[in-house]
Amino acid sequence: MLRLPSFQLVRAESVDDAARALANESDTRIVAGGTDLWPNMKRRHQKASTVVSLANVAELRGVKDTGGEIRIGAMTTLTDIHDSELVLAEQPAVARAVRSISSPVLRNMGTIGGNLCLDTRCTYYNQNEEWRQSINYCMKEQGETCWVAPNSPRCWAISASDSAPALCAIGARVRLVSTDGERTIPLPELYHDDGIDYLAKRPDEILVEVIVPKAGVAKTSFWKLRRRASIDFAVLTVAPAITVDASNTVTDAHIYMGAVGSFPIRVHESEKALLGKPFDAETIAEAARVARKDGTPLNNTDFIPQWRSRMIERYMEAALREAAGLEVDRLAPRHGFGE
Amino acid sequence: MSNTTTLTLRINDEDVTVAFPTHHTLLEVLREECRLTGTKHGCELGECGTCTVLVDGKPMLSCLVLAAEMDGHEIRTVEGMMIGNTLHPLQQAFADLGAAQCGYCTPGILMAAEALLEANPDPTREQIQEALAGNLCRCTGYIKILEAVEWAAATQRGEDTPPAKESIYGSPHAATKGE
Amino acid sequence: MGKTKTPKAEAPLSDAASEAPSEGSTDKKNVASDRPLNLIGKPFRRVDGRAKVTGQTKFADDLHFPRTVHMKLVRSTVPHAEIVSIDTTEAAGMPGVLGFLTGDDMPNTFGILPVSQDEHALCVGKVRFVGDPVVAVAALTEDQAHEAALKVKVEYNDLTTIASVEQAASTPEPRIHDYGDTGNIHKQVSMSFGDLDAGFAEADEIFEDIYYFEGNTHLPMEQHASIAFTEDDGRVTIYSSTQTPHYLHRSLAKVLELPASRIRVIACPNGGGFGGKSDPFNHEICAAKMALKLGRPVKIALTREEVFYCHRGRHPVLMKTRTGFKKDGRMTAQHLQTALDGGAYGSYGVASTYYTGALQTVTYDLPKYRFDSIRAFTNKPPCGPKRGHGTPQPRAAFETHLDKAAHRLGIDPADIRLNNLVPPDSVTANYLKVGSIGLGDCIEAVVKGSGWRERYGKLPEGRGLGLACGSYLCGAGLPIYWNFMPQSGVQIKLDRSGGVAVFCGETEIGQGSDSVLAACVAEILGIDLQDIRLCVADTDLTPVDLGSYSSRVTLMVGNAAVQAAERAREIIAKAAGEKLDVPPSRLAFSEHRVFDIEDDERSMSFVEAVQAAEAKFGTLGTTGSYIPPRSPGRYRGAGVGPSPAYSYSAAVVEVEVDPQTGIYQVEHVWMAHDVGKCINPALVMGQIEGSVYMGLGEAMMEEQVFRRLPKKRSNALVHKHPSLLEYKSPTFHEMPPVTSYIIEDPDPNGPFGAKEVGQGPLLPMPPAVANAIFDAVGVRVDQVPIGPHHVLEALERKAKGKEGRVGPNKFPDYDFGVPLNVPTVAEGGDGKATNQETAGVRKGIGTMKDREEAVGKGGQ
Repeated sequence: MLRLPSFQLVRAESVDDAARALANESDTRIVAGGTDLWPNMKRRHQKASTVVSLANVAELRGVKDTGGEIRIGAMTTLTDIHDSELVLAEQPAVARAVRSISSPVLRNMGTIGGNLCLDTRCTYYNQNEEWRQSINYCMKEQGETCWVAPNSPRCWAISASDSAPALCAIGARVRLVSTDGERTIPLPELYHDDGIDYLAKRPDEILVEVIVPKAGVAKTSFWKLRRRASIDFAVLTVAPAITVDASNTVTDAHIYMGAVGSFPIRVHESEKALLGKPFDAETIAEAARVARKDGTPLNNTDFIPQWRSRMIERYMEAALREAAGLEVDRLAPRHGFGE
Repeated sequence: MSNTTTLTLRINDEDVTVAFPTHHTLLEVLREECRLTGTKHGCELGECGTCTVLVDGKPMLSCLVLAAEMDGHEIRTVEGMMIGNTLHPLQQAFADLGAAQCGYCTPGILMAAEALLEANPDPTREQIQEALAGNLCRCTGYIKILEAVEWAAATQRGEDTPPAKESIYGSPHAATKGE
Repeated sequence: MGKTKTPKAEAPLSDAASEAPSEGSTDKKNVASDRPLNLIGKPFRRVDGRAKVTGQTKFADDLHFPRTVHMKLVRSTVPHAEIVSIDTTEAAGMPGVLGFLTGDDMPNTFGILPVSQDEHALCVGKVRFVGDPVVAVAALTEDQAHEAALKVKVEYNDLTTIASVEQAASTPEPRIHDYGDTGNIHKQVSMSFGDLDAGFAEADEIFEDIYYFEGNTHLPMEQHASIAFTEDDGRVTIYSSTQTPHYLHRSLAKVLELPASRIRVIACPNGGGFGGKSDPFNHEICAAKMALKLGRPVKIALTREEVFYCHRGRHPVLMKTRTGFKKDGRMTAQHLQTALDGGAYGSYGVASTYYTGALQTVTYDLPKYRFDSIRAFTNKPPCGPKRGHGTPQPRAAFETHLDKAAHRLGIDPADIRLNNLVPPDSVTANYLKVGSIGLGDCIEAVVKGSGWRERYGKLPEGRGLGLACGSYLCGAGLPIYWNFMPQSGVQIKLDRSGGVAVFCGETEIGQGSDSVLAACVAEILGIDLQDIRLCVADTDLTPVDLGSYSSRVTLMVGNAAVQAAERAREIIAKAAGEKLDVPPSRLAFSEHRVFDIEDDERSMSFVEAVQAAEAKFGTLGTTGSYIPPRSPGRYRGAGVGPSPAYSYSAAVVEVEVDPQTGIYQVEHVWMAHDVGKCINPALVMGQIEGSVYMGLGEAMMEEQVFRRLPKKRSNALVHKHPSLLEYKSPTFHEMPPVTSYIIEDPDPNGPFGAKEVGQGPLLPMPPAVANAIFDAVGVRVDQVPIGPHHVLEALERKAKGKEGRVGPNKFPDYDFGVPLNVPTVAEGGDGKATNQETAGVRKGIGTMKDREEAVGKGGQ
């Protein structure tokens, strides 16, 4: 049986408690739902001598309607989010993204804070200690080479969070707390384009809350590609939020892709192709055609990168067409959205 | 040396006081300290659903839960399913239909199915598939499991609807004897 | 009285039983009994069902004994290297550490086949793949053992990494093993049955196709585990998740250098096997050795990653099939070439090599047949037997080849198969004796069920149907090591309580072997399953059964059980007949009674009858044994392929393909399987559905593949994804609805006419999916698994005016050695090769008389 290495467990009762523990101890990590940290620690590619658990911090749980916005506590489980009528009514694409994560049993444990801070993934990295030893480790952990791109100076591990692109597209913000105070940043600013240093959150900061705008006029959607309709991480996600005026001309476009880079990628090329144009099949086809320029699928997850790259156009087109209310005429694989 | 935690866990409606290394998961403590080996493991990484137990009525992966954080929670394992000496309708259906072949994924699937039926006494086949989609099985091809959950749900609703003849004998065909 | 009581089976299902389509079947070939059957053929709760749904079943890792310590194996982190040094100093100082083993502690080799005794319990001198075990560490806890294992330092001197068959063929040195046919080619086979040139000369058309079947693994949900302890003086006991306790027993005796009589192997119920637990494994031998060293129970429970290293799964096989056809679709000759990537050890590989050719002949008549094969050693986990052992790969190649031929010849793919069926009770070109064959009925059932005649070739673009067939053994005709002893033995103990204890070495791996054993005995003695206590898979207490592999258990254990039970019935009938004043031959056993078939008022209870027998004959016990009939082949290699009976399957698969992405979904499967006779239809259905599932997994996604890092930077060759997340197996969502048809064509060699069902229905699935994709979008993906990217690539090639096909284009020019020439029966052959002196002959086959005598002795 694969087991956890030993560590000190700090069971925080409040955010302050947790922030203090993070400030005072070195070599510390936060655990929320445990569905990312525990496997990573069992495989020993994430290490910690002290783990601060947020499980008992009641203030971090729940979906609140604050009038203008929805505030989701970082420890709210993924199940509670996709089952929230408020989230479903206001931001159905977010609900769909969250419902698409892994499997029902895992969503009962995984939290939104954890999913947003999900460690970047790579098939050279998410392996047992002994396996990583046999490739002399990789750049992300102990080694020197990024085996996906051996001449690369950077790590290309993948951002595999499903909630991140969906929440980025609709303009969500996150609140970070430490003993030094707190700050609220737009979600896209939480991420760096780097497989190792992928979070702008400092190690002593706790992501405590996701602030989700209520449904504006934007038309949203969420599409996800993966091998199996359950358990698997995405190899591509597409999350558009498109605003059109009375004449159906696109006035604002926020489109993010996940799992084809080390952070949720804003698809500028597609946005440019849409802005100022009618939100119709023709514009969408063009926006989809150029989407590929922004993604960099590499050979470090399931499926060959060439095909994933091709799928960017297909999935972008499907997601945009769905957002535009157009018929999506191709076979949609079973996504496990449970809709 | 690792830290030790001593706790009273509430398992299958009984209080059990156990001491264990703090970094041990609920899976390890159930199997090793409590000797409740009905809960199995297939990966210990949250990838197969084999170790599913109920925590406060919700299916969770016991391989990714620290036992040290389980105070104040109600834990249910496959050992708590029988009612006296009578099998739970799910157990009965799984045993009779052969929904348990090697039986290794069975406890986890029973747990997930029990939670489903608790929340939804009359699930559609798609809802059952979705509820169990985090549990891998290599023997059955899942079909007998779906049929067993449907049968058990019907039994729990007080309906007498055994599985279709075709699911036990196969579909009739030209070479069927006596036709 | 006597017939008033209905056996108390599981009520809801026994109601359904009375309406069974199979009910009332009185086939004259139904050999074991001409009486109506009480239990056989009806659904009953499997005898281990209750334990499995309550958590009561004890798998190996569920066992615990006082003072148990835990063991971990330090595995090689390099693919191919000499071991320079092993340093356990730091590890020895870690908390809780109790001891170490290295290769020097166990110098004797072992292996499942006598011809490839090439494994050490721990590597001696060199390592051959990433994952090869080098050191065993025991500590008080598994945590401690793991921490210590991480501190063991092994220094290696790297050797050339050999990553593929082609590289192995072109790199004779350094040799991965110092044995084998040549260089890094473990095995070469070449056999020609009949005048091949004449066969091809008769053909109107000759077609040739190249096909690749990627390797994949069993992925049982239970990770292998063992617990060993010493007891008494000089005895060691091991409980293990093994499908073959008998072979483990032999390997332990060899490596531990102990008499087998002092070693006890108990196979726990396996949490899934599929062939992956049928070799003796390093960890099992190390656990026993460590127990002998420490004098404490030693447990090892493998991680999922280690299970991928144990492997012994499906060989990756490249194949070239060349077949001559008459215009009407009849086949005149076939030449099949296969190349297997064997991985780092022999395992069952020699048998696997032969199996990639042996069963091509048992479905469709191939009057002339040549088969060439090589198996290479490479620096990867060893391949071996997975569900279908060596046959799904050539079957996929053959069934897609046949589909193409049907199109080229303008014949319906169903008809080309129906027109070529092997006749029942015939001998194939390679001297396999085919008895019953329900393949025609299987094809008719799925053709009718799927609406094939109305729908095939006529569905809208993107929707398609594909048909394929298969066949499998009901147990290998020969044991793994040559001997004259039974392949299966059963003992029955009866006493005045009326309880019946049945002892048999068979191993329950989920397939229902316990239930088959109990049902055969209960049927013949006319008692309930609940009156039977089984004692199985214990080398101290149970007569030998060779294990749960090659789909042998239902037929072989079943026949042994029937023999033992019939002998018990005979004894009881003698005593009861005396009491009732009825000739024993007139007594029937049913519903717990023994009664006169001519006057059922003259009866006594089963318990009374047993008491009468115990009083008359003393303590009661009987035995039964089974040895398969001998096959007519006398050539070298004739030992692989013969079976007492062959099961047959046919499938139609319906797919929906998205031509813009290549993504496809299997919408429905129709599967018909010729099982001879159902022992328990509910379990037969479960085996069919499970085989469909696993076949679909192989067709669509499962692959055991490796990463070779850039050679300039690294020698590494690692498993690409040794995890349940990244090794893709279908979830609930990927499993389509299945319509199953059970074809019952009782085989005279099967108990009650029963044949196998555990493996056969897997075989048609990969080619049926491929053929359906062709019907849907007109492209061929000539490799397995078929990913959406393959489909899209083939579609794009077609759109550019190229061949709408993805797959291998070339079969390398391998040296297969001198072909063995075996004239067919039609050519007047006697099963022997004409050039056996030059090409070699198998020694020590023994005569049928020897074998019959052995059966007789075994049964007394």
